[in-house]
Amino acid sequence: MNGPRPDKSMLYYPKMPVTWWLRKRSYFFFMMRELSSVFIAIFLVVLLVQIYQLREGPESYAAFVQGLGSPGWLIFHAIALLFAIYHSITWFISTSVVLPLRLGKREIPRNLVTGLNIGAWIGVSLVILGLFLTLKG
Amino acid sequence: MNGATATLNVTRYSPGQDQMPRSQSYSVPYQKDWVVLDALNYIKDHIDGTLSYRWSCRMGVCGSCGMMVNGVPKLTCAAFLRDYYPQEIRIEPLVNFPIIRDLVIDMSDFLDKLKSVKPWIIRKTEKQISEGEYLQTPEELNAYQQFTQCINCMLCYAACPVYGMEPEFLGPAAIALGYRYNMDSRDQGKESRQAVLGSHDGVWQCTFVGECTEVCPKEVDPAAAIQRSKVEITKDWFKSVLLPWGQR
Repeated sequence: MNGPRPDKSMLYYPKMPVTWWLRKRSYFFFMMRELSSVFIAIFLVVLLVQIYQLREGPESYAAFVQGLGSPGWLIFHAIALLFAIYHSITWFISTSVVLPLRLGKREIPRNLVTGLNIGAWIGVSLVILGLFLTLKG
Repeated sequence: MNGATATLNVTRYSPGQDQMPRSQSYSVPYQKDWVVLDALNYIKDHIDGTLSYRWSCRMGVCGSCGMMVNGVPKLTCAAFLRDYYPQEIRIEPLVNFPIIRDLVIDMSDFLDKLKSVKPWIIRKTEKQISEGEYLQTPEELNAYQQFTQCINCMLCYAACPVYGMEPEFLGPAAIALGYRYNMDSRDQGKESRQAVLGSHDGVWQCTFVGECTEVCPKEVDPAAAIQRSKVEITKDWFKSVLLPWGQR
């Protein structure tokens, strides 16, 4: 139907190297985007455990929070924060591709959609930060 | 000619003779307006007639001359020597495909996948010829026109690491082609394509690396077609479980 097919026994089948994602910048950053989910997942488990510690009483909770202040956990959370920011930015870029928005007949440019999403994200974050600082004081 | 030369390191593979592909170096005249395809044609015509590769239109519309140029999938008729000179240029067959000979790859899997999405207008209800054509507004055309531009050059399959790791994956061009027909207002065949597009090896294998769109020479944006297909397929699934039969 599509014409003669090549003799499969004479074909050379190249192997994809395990280090394929190190060969190109864009592949590396893709893998970092995927890896960010792991850090976010670990952070969420730690958060759930922290909330669970509230059930266990004030001493237990205080001990847990103090444990989170150790150098290891601080480094982890700093790295997790960077990954979470990267995750969010790449998420908003992806959103503009997946869901094209239209104003009447014209399509809204993707960069604008991404920019508006990031702007809203920063705005909401500032509101939450403001609430946190107000309630804390 | 001013005597300047460019060096090409070209993959050679002789089926039945070579165990593995090897690299052969050629010196070609360097011309500012030459593309890699011109250099390959010079090699074939003047240096080594045994070199095998595909090409046709030499103007970026047929999709025949796709190869890896310094590790990037490119149409060799659109890759200018001046963008690489004086560095040596590495020419390899498109990755993720079996090699038949030298720079020629086996594209039968690709052709099978294109066919599997039923790339033709499917109607549930046919109009009589006397009733005239199926009319389409400019807005309706706009909804899918971009995805009609695919020249089947397979650069997107070479760029896609998922296709490299999972050869069963339908791939960017085939999914974009299926999406093109699903979005065509004249088509009524979305359900017919559902089994292939909505399968595990259909849209759901894609992890949105996005490299397919990066390398596409015709700006088809297959990554967008795949992600939007995921949305459509998900919407249809919810409709199929939530709505009574008559409403779907």
